[in-house]
Amino acid sequence: MNTPIQFTVNGNRQSVDVPPMKRLLDVLREDLHLTGTKEGCGEGECGACAVLLNGELVNSCLVPALQAHGSRLCTIEGVSTEGQLHPIQQCFLERGGAQCGICTPGMILATHHLLDKYPNPTLEQIQEGLAGNLCRCTGYMRIFESVQQAANTISP
Amino acid sequence: MSQSKPILGASPLRKEGRAKVLGAAKYIDDQSLPGMWHGATVRSSIARGIICSITFAPEIDWEQFAIVRASDIPGENTIVHLTKDHPCLAESQVNHPEEPILLLAHPDKTALLAAVRGVRIEYDELPGVFTIEESEAAVENNDAERIIWPGSDAGGTANCFKQYLMYSGEANETEDGLAAAFEAADFIVEEEYHTGAQEQLYIENNGVIAECNKDALGNVSDVCVRGSMQCPYYVVHALTLIFNLPEEKCRVIQVETGGAFGGKEDFPSVIGSHAALLAMKCGHPVKITYDRAEDMAATTKRHPSRTRHRTAVSKDGKLLGGTIDVAIDGGAYATLSPVVLSRATIHSPGPYKWPHIRVRAKAMATNIPPHGAFRGFGAPQSLFALERHMDKIAKTIGLTPEELRRRNFLGTGDRTATGQLLNEPVDMQHLLTRALQESEYHEKLARFAEENKHSTIKRGVGFASFMHGAGFTGSGERRLNSLVHLDVLEDGRPQILVSSTEFGQGTNTILCQVAAQTLQLPYEDILIAQPDTSVVPNSGPTVASRTAMIVGKLVERASHQILATLREQEDLPEEHTREQFIAAAQSYRAKHGSLRASVRYEPATKIYWDDELYRGDAYPGYAWAVYVAEVAVDLNTYMATVTRFDALQEVGLVMHPVLAKGQIEGGVAQGIGYALYEKCVWKEGRMMNNQMTNYIMPTSADLPPIHVHFEEVPSIHGPGGAKGIGELPMDGPAPAILNAIENATGIAFNTIPLLPEDIFERFTSFTEPAHGGSEDFDPTHLGEFLPEAVA
Ligand code: FES
Ligand code: FES
Repeated sequence: MNTPIQFTVNGNRQSVDVPPMKRLLDVLREDLHLTGTKEGCGEGECGACAVLLNGELVNSCLVPALQAHGSRLCTIEGVSTEGQLHPIQQCFLERGGAQCGICTPGMILATHHLLDKYPNPTLEQIQEGLAGNLCRCTGYMRIFESVQQAANTISP
Repeated sequence: MSQSKPILGASPLRKEGRAKVLGAAKYIDDQSLPGMWHGATVRSSIARGIICSITFAPEIDWEQFAIVRASDIPGENTIVHLTKDHPCLAESQVNHPEEPILLLAHPDKTALLAAVRGVRIEYDELPGVFTIEESEAAVENNDAERIIWPGSDAGGTANCFKQYLMYSGEANETEDGLAAAFEAADFIVEEEYHTGAQEQLYIENNGVIAECNKDALGNVSDVCVRGSMQCPYYVVHALTLIFNLPEEKCRVIQVETGGAFGGKEDFPSVIGSHAALLAMKCGHPVKITYDRAEDMAATTKRHPSRTRHRTAVSKDGKLLGGTIDVAIDGGAYATLSPVVLSRATIHSPGPYKWPHIRVRAKAMATNIPPHGAFRGFGAPQSLFALERHMDKIAKTIGLTPEELRRRNFLGTGDRTATGQLLNEPVDMQHLLTRALQESEYHEKLARFAEENKHSTIKRGVGFASFMHGAGFTGSGERRLNSLVHLDVLEDGRPQILVSSTEFGQGTNTILCQVAAQTLQLPYEDILIAQPDTSVVPNSGPTVASRTAMIVGKLVERASHQILATLREQEDLPEEHTREQFIAAAQSYRAKHGSLRASVRYEPATKIYWDDELYRGDAYPGYAWAVYVAEVAVDLNTYMATVTRFDALQEVGLVMHPVLAKGQIEGGVAQGIGYALYEKCVWKEGRMMNNQMTNYIMPTSADLPPIHVHFEEVPSIHGPGGAKGIGELPMDGPAPAILNAIENATGIAFNTIPLLPEDIFERFTSFTEPAHGGSEDFDPTHLGEFLPEAVA
């Protein structure tokens, strides 16, 4: 009952043969060995599994593999280029936006999505934009700073 | 290159930060071993009862599974902490819901769910106790059926894991002093305070991978567990008993850990032992990772508490004497409850002078999964009670909360309730002044009182003053006898070897800063080894705000030792360049083969502690703090929100300002959750809301701006003058917030978590509050409610 599924992940065409209802999260982690996408809750609450699907932020634990067929995916592994940190990653690193780091991949993708929508977001827009991504370590303040600095770097 | 700018106090990049932002850091669930199987746990579906039968569903091919029962354990069936009451797997009786009974492993993870359901267990149910009060009642009524825990050789009695009796002086004299104080008092203020359980809610669930080797006779020769954890040597200790193996045959490796907060202090011993037993049985490496629901239902939480205060006060606001009775709910087994209770006991009198005080504390058994370590470790519970009570005293005698505290603060040269002389500078008066200024407390107090008259949104401000002891209690650090190695490798780079773990707080970074600073080398040159017990020495557990202060000091001393060796034997000058250091180290290594410094803990000053009487120097050092909360209570929704938070603390040298701020902010956020959001709903010992959808922690949209302020008064106990900060920020938010809510509404709430339904209930009922509160509340007065006079 496997189905062939094709999509583009971080610019690379991929095809996998998996049960159609397999979670995209598991396809990424198990079939493609992209373990940067994390599982925190498995029920769409924490955002640790967030990826960009055709540019939209989705929780990959809620997306069946079939739904990703033909799509363009971006995971944390696709944010940097050739080992060069993306400005968002650099700012998270400098400003203390990552503590234990388990929420960080999802948080960085959510930031990516937010800055696409609002290149110079207000604090409220940041708070709302990241509200689907839980972080238990930071209390979010360093993350807000990281996002603001990233915004200033990308669109000064 | 001699360092011109000190690295201690700067904010270099987090050591493992790059891997984390790249998504390249490997947590346990990101790893797998060749031939690895997956494990799962069959758990008790009832709270307490005798196991009558275990049957296996015929439709499943059990030949494919490895099955482990208690009888398979080669050594002792116990997860040892302080006493051996806690079985690794239940044998004939279960004592809490979700208690592990049987373990299963299979090559395919997806086969496990149905298999766990396919194990049918029948019980003969026994009556359970589910609250502190029910547990006490069973003892009082001699109700043998409800004595759920028999007592222990470690000081436990029926249904009670541990009791402490702490006096501020000789027992007789203190009792006499207390009698006289209550006789002479102008006011006697009494109240009872409650706190609920709290889930650590690290975003990475518990998980491990275990391997097991056997000798020619088929006996287990060695085991290895890697996983998400705080204290690798705790797991080693657990494995030695389970497998009856010497320490060196039990290897434990901590891998990148996605948050812990105490929740991965004692629990990894359980899941680690389980996976190792399955690996023994199936002959393959075995991974166990919990999903969120299992992690929340089955693993430890913060101890619920009840604290009763009775205080004698003079009309000019002097505390004359007090009695404090603390009770915590320990769950079904002792685990760490005695130590959590100890910290609750010692912190319960707070940063105040008490001429006479008596603290009685006990940890009661209930048929709930064992409660365990969570940031603050008993102190948040007893400080919540105290700081709410200080506001109640102030209100009763007609002083402001500020003035009452000012008249009773401890200062330099005073003695704490345990008799510890505060010989390092303490200035609570100044901390309070500054915290109130930074938060514009006085101005807001006046402004909100005016605005509240015309608004259905009632705003208020409140604060809490408190301290948190860093390091193990009393003689604990001496007993731990921590050891640290510092190697200089072939290329001349120093490598720190400690069992202290990184789980987000910044262990790797600050320890490398200490070494860099002391060795006069660039921070980037310093390496820190992965905590693998086959390589790193036991530098103690990563708990109790001890890493920066205690382990940091050991790294500093080890660095000095390396320098002394190189200066003596290789003529390394006092001020050296990086190149000179490398040359000297390599020359030394060429002659001796290696270069290592090993240092053991030595107290900076003489530490005296009496474990029997609970008297003496409770902690090597204290961090002191005043936290101010500003709240808004919406009378349409009955929702209380924190609208601004100011956290001022004196923590010695701030080693890394960015990390330190992050620690405080993260702790404050957890404290806000503790006060207003996070409620564990229990039914017969089982957590009913074990999901992130219905156990609510604050999101980025819920939190106010958190302003963090530091005062730096260097301490002799830590490297460069640092003290511990990890747990401190958990202590202050809850009482500050409830004090602010009382300021806003005029209603004293003495139980957390405080949810909108609780506020609604008090606003709409005219009955006395459930927990012995004594405020008169007439809702018709709310419109004109005026907070206490401005000081
Ligand atoms: S794992 Fe997908 S939202 Fe939590
Ligand atoms: S950094 Fe640990 S959960 Fe966000």
